[in-house]
Amino acid sequence: MSITVRQVTKRFGAFTALNDVSLEVPPGELLALLGPSGSGKTTLLRIISGLEIPDTGSILYQDEDVTASAVRERNVGFVFQHYALFRHMTVFDNIGFGLKVRGRPKGEIRDRVMQLLRLIQLEGLERSLPSQLSGGQRQRVALARALAAEPKVLLLDEPFGALDAKVRNELRQWLRRLHDEIHVTSVFVTHDQEEAFEVADRVVIMSQGRIEQVGTPGEIFEHPATPFVMDFLGNVNVFHGHVQRGRARLGNIELAYPEYQDEKSRAATAFVRSHELEILKTKNGRPSLEARVTHVNVARSVVKVRVFADAFSIALTVDLSWDRFTELQLAPGDLVHVSPRQMRVFVQEQENS
Amino acid sequence: MANYVRAHEDPPAVRLALILSAVAIMGFVVVVPLVNVFVGAFAEGFGTYWKNLADDPDTLHSIKLTLMVAPVAVFLNLIFGLAAAWAIARFRFPGRALLTAIIDMPFAVSPVVVGLFLLLIFGRQGFLGTWLREHDIQIVFAWPGLVIATCFVTFPVIARELIPLMEELGSEEEVAAVSLGARGWQLFRLVTLPNIKWGLLYGLILCNARAMGEFGAVFVISGHIAGKTDTMPLRVEKLFQEYNMVGAYAVSSVLAMLALVTLFLKSVLEWKTRQDLAASERLRAEGGAT
Repeated sequence: MSITVRQVTKRFGAFTALNDVSLEVPPGELLALLGPSGSGKTTLLRIISGLEIPDTGSILYQDEDVTASAVRERNVGFVFQHYALFRHMTVFDNIGFGLKVRGRPKGEIRDRVMQLLRLIQLEGLERSLPSQLSGGQRQRVALARALAAEPKVLLLDEPFGALDAKVRNELRQWLRRLHDEIHVTSVFVTHDQEEAFEVADRVVIMSQGRIEQVGTPGEIFEHPATPFVMDFLGNVNVFHGHVQRGRARLGNIELAYPEYQDEKSRAATAFVRSHELEILKTKNGRPSLEARVTHVNVARSVVKVRVFADAFSIALTVDLSWDRFTELQLAPGDLVHVSPRQMRVFVQEQENS
Repeated sequence: MANYVRAHEDPPAVRLALILSAVAIMGFVVVVPLVNVFVGAFAEGFGTYWKNLADDPDTLHSIKLTLMVAPVAVFLNLIFGLAAAWAIARFRFPGRALLTAIIDMPFAVSPVVVGLFLLLIFGRQGFLGTWLREHDIQIVFAWPGLVIATCFVTFPVIARELIPLMEELGSEEEVAAVSLGARGWQLFRLVTLPNIKWGLLYGLILCNARAMGEFGAVFVISGHIAGKTDTMPLRVEKLFQEYNMVGAYAVSSVLAMLALVTLFLKSVLEWKTRQDLAASERLRAEGGAT
C-alpha cells in the first residue's frame, strides 16, 4: 500500500506546521521523517494517520483519497512516543484491543495475539500489566498492538525516544528485521539522525514545515541538497565567501565552481566535514589556511583537533585518524596549514550580504 | 522516608499547641454533637427510638422520599458530571474557562437562594408557571422540584472530582484506542471508564451524601408538607419545632449513620484512587528507563 501526500499545508494559529508538503512512499518501504523539533515531522505523521486533518492538500492510500476519512476507518497502526498502553489491561488485552473493537471472534483474537507475542518475543507475559514491563518491552507491546489488525500502513512517532541508548539500539535492529519480515509500508518520526540512517530505506529531512531533501541515507550523505541538510547532519565546518565567473572564493581558498558563471559576485556558503579537512605542517601547494591548534580532543576512534585561523577569525574542527595524529605530533599552539579535500558550495538565493 | 529533624521545623511547643487546638476544635464541633445525636436518640430507650422511627408515618415517608430523591439526583448528576468533565478535560473551546467557573456556582450560592431561583422559574407566578399549569405538570411543592433543587446544589461534586483526574490521566490512551478503531461507546466503556472508575465512585458517594443532607434549597421549593414533600433533614427540623426531641434525634441518627457509611466508603475509594494514580505515575516515570 503506497502513501501519497499531496501539497499538504497545516497551520496551528499563526504557526505554519506544514507548508505545501508533497511526498510519495512506495509500498513496503520503511521511511524516516527526520528533523529538529518544530520542523513539522510529527504533524506530517499525524496527518498521514488521520489524527490530524490538513488545512489544504490530500492524502492517498494507494489510489484511494482518505483525506476526509477518520483515523478509525483508515486501518493504520500507530505507535505512540510514550506507548499509550492501556494501563488497566493485560498485555494480551492490549494487543487484542484492535480486533476486539472490530468484533472479531474470541478464537481468532487469541490466535493472532499469541502469534504476535511470538513475533515480539514476549511469550509468557500475556497476563502482565504494562506497569510490570520494562520500557523496551512496553514499546514492543505497543508495536504488536498496532500490528494486530493487519494495518495497511504502520506509523511510529519517535518510537525509541524514551528508551535508554542500549535498548534503543537493540530495538532499532529489531524493527529493521521485523520490517524485512512483514513488509508493511512504514513511516517513523525521529530527531536522531543515526536512527534514521541506520533503520530507514529512505530518509526525509524536514525543516520549518518543508521537506529539505528526500533520499537514501547514502544519497543524503554524499549529496546534501541544501545548506540546512549539510548543517543538520553535523560535524561540518562552515566557510563564507563569494562565487563569481565559475570560481568560488572562500578566504584564501579558491576553487572551481562551474555551476555559477555570472559576472556578478554572489554570497556563498561552503561546507566541509571535519574528516574532509587535512592538516599539514608545511604548505604543499594546495589551497590552504594558516591556523593555530587550540585544542586536541582524543575521542574514541578519531582525534578531534580544534584550530583557529587568525586571518579569517574562523574556528575549525578537524578529524584525524590515530595514525595521522601520531605522525603529525600536534600540540596546542602549533602553526599548521589546513586544506580541504572536498567542499560543498551553496550559492545564496538573495543578493544581499 | 528518612527520619531526621529538619532545620525549618517548628519548635515542639508550637507543634503541640497547633495539634491540640485542632483536636479540640474537631472534638467540640464534630465529635461531641455526633455522639450527642445518638445519646439523645436513645435517651428514652431503644423502644421509644424505634417507635419514633417506625410508627410515625410522616417520618417513614420522609425516609422513603430521601432515599428516592437522592439516587435520582445522583444519577442525573452522574450524566451531567461526566459530560461536563469530558468537555472541560478533553476539548479546547471558546467559553471553556467560563464553563469551568459556572460549574462551581452552586457551591458559591446559598442553597436558600437556589430554592428561591427555582421558585421564580417553576412557581405558580413564575417564569414557566402558566405553561406548567396548562400541561398539568407539578414541580414546585412536589418531588420533581426536590430532585431539581438537589441536582442543582450537588452538581459540582462529580464534575469537580473528575476534571483533575481526567486531566492528570491525559488523553493518550483514548487517542490510541481511536487509532485502533474504537468507537465512542467502546472507547468510554473499555478505556476511559476503567481508568476513572474509583474517582467516579468517590464522586458519586460524596454527591449522594450532599444530596441526602440537602436542606436549604429543598426547604424553599418543597413547601415542607408533612407526609408529602418532607425529606429527612426537613423532618428533623419539623420534629424539633414540635418539641419531639427523641423523634428529631432518631431521624438525625439515621442521617448520621448514612453519613458514617459514606465516610467509610469515601476513605476506601480515596485510597484506591491514590493507588491508581501512583501506578500511572510509576508507568510514566519508568517510561524512560528499563
